[in-house]
Amino acid sequence: MVGLMIGAVILAVLPLLFILLNLVLKGAGSLSLAFFTRMPVPAGETGGGVAHAIVGTLIIVGMASLFGLPLGIGAGVFCAEYPGARLAKLTRFVSDVMNGTPSIVVGVFAWALIVARTKQFSALAGSCALAMLMVPMVMRTTEELIKLVPNSLREAALALGYSRWRTSVTIVLRTALPGIVTGSLLAVARIAGETAPLLFTALGSQFMSLKITEPMAALPLTVFNYAIGPYEEWHRYAWATALVLIMVVLVLSLAARLATRQRFSGNA
Amino acid sequence: MATTILPESRTAEQSLEGSRAGDRLFKGVLVLAALAVPVLMAFLVYELYTGARPAIVRYGLGFIAGSTWDPVAEEFGAFPLIVGTLLSSFLALLIAVPLSLGVAIYLTEFAPRVIRQPIAFVIELLAAIPSVVYGLWGIFVLIPILKAHVFPFLRDTLGFLPFFQGPIYGPSMLAASIILAIMIMPFIMSVSREVLIAVPGSQREAALALGATRWEAVMSAIVPYARSGIIGAIILGLGRALGETMAVTMLIGNRNELSASLFAPGYTMAAVIANEFTEAVGDLHLAALAYVALVLFVLTVLVNAAARLLIWRVSKGGPVGGKGA
Repeated sequence: MVGLMIGAVILAVLPLLFILLNLVLKGAGSLSLAFFTRMPVPAGETGGGVAHAIVGTLIIVGMASLFGLPLGIGAGVFCAEYPGARLAKLTRFVSDVMNGTPSIVVGVFAWALIVARTKQFSALAGSCALAMLMVPMVMRTTEELIKLVPNSLREAALALGYSRWRTSVTIVLRTALPGIVTGSLLAVARIAGETAPLLFTALGSQFMSLKITEPMAALPLTVFNYAIGPYEEWHRYAWATALVLIMVVLVLSLAARLATRQRFSGNA
Repeated sequence: MATTILPESRTAEQSLEGSRAGDRLFKGVLVLAALAVPVLMAFLVYELYTGARPAIVRYGLGFIAGSTWDPVAEEFGAFPLIVGTLLSSFLALLIAVPLSLGVAIYLTEFAPRVIRQPIAFVIELLAAIPSVVYGLWGIFVLIPILKAHVFPFLRDTLGFLPFFQGPIYGPSMLAASIILAIMIMPFIMSVSREVLIAVPGSQREAALALGATRWEAVMSAIVPYARSGIIGAIILGLGRALGETMAVTMLIGNRNELSASLFAPGYTMAAVIANEFTEAVGDLHLAALAYVALVLFVLTVLVNAAARLLIWRVSKGGPVGGKGA
């Protein structure tokens, strides 16, 4: 039986190694400075890049974090500071539902809310969809980390005459901060790779665009469009773009995990 | 030491008043943030419903049973899509559950301590890979392998079953299920691992003291104790599989026909939304797609609620796995 289980472990780890290996083998060859700095060229020519998608991902994910992080952290702090409140119970329940909502459904929602009303595909709508995916993740980590802060710290601050909000901000939040940063980074890493909610909100584009009220390219969308395209050259771009995307995602999630690990070993 | 001069304008009472105002402001901001979550969700349900209304009015619940999907004739029924979604997810579970439970049990009970953390870490990295990258890998690496080796092998050995007959295309229900299995495995593994770790040591010790082997202890004392938590983990994986879009869209072949053969292309609810939403030909087509989204949403809410309930029963309110991903 143990042999079977070791077999299961090997089968489980194999895809990761296989995917990473393929990404490097098929993608690294097309990576060059030009790939990061240039725009796409028409099919048939060589030497294009994905600068537009890198900039697009930065803008879309940046804006999503701007909306999603404060909302998620605020809601998490509320649920931790007033755990018995009726609103806290409701918010916790709804955020669980939200966490399980398929990202494509959130995309349809952002389309109906923004794109259908403004009659214009826009990066802003994409950011809103991604922000909505972030909120439940960030909220949960924030709440759990604040609960880990020892009550004695809070009591000490209150006994010294600190008001409740100053205790919360300067003592409790300050103590839980590294963990909240980790949770936020993980959430950013996850939404950076999301494609489905962007399909009919940010839409994608072949040009560099800095206007958030217009369609904008993003790395995952570029991977998708190149992958299902008919040209050999596009498939190579798809692999190279995927390699860039996965480096972004893995660096973010590794950084997040290392940050927590260091904190724990530092305390021990 | 110089005497500090207290500013006379600020008495103790006034400063208390000030901090009360601060408290009120602080709580107000937090309440707004916490309120935004249910409000957003209510908006989501409302928008999906109003978007789907024309289709709901026209087809009613018959939408779920209808099997024609013809945007030109404005004839819409979601039955093959719903079946495709359920079938691909169940097949994925069939592959992923034994594997992830094997890994979870091995990592909590049998593996040498040094390799427990690294292996769990590597498998959790699998969860961080974006779904579009799985799709890319599926199209260009997995499908060629399946088409050249695995599918012909299955047809030769299990061809007497209706599931493994018929022409082999490549993009197919089975290919999509395999990629889904790879994608949901890390979730099932990490949640069931947490549940297994939470089983009290006394449970294991008692079984061992009665003369059970380590394997018998696992099967008779530990797994039964964690059973509802493990089922919760599996249903959580099911919820993910139901809503998964990109990798499935890229691998399933996107053909709206039911076929007994798993080698044949299929379609799912998420895939039809991804493919047709930007190119919808008319208002009714859009409404039908929104209706599909609504059905998918209701389905995942039900599945997730069942999972949470089971996991909560084990961990008594502690959100095991809630902090995942």
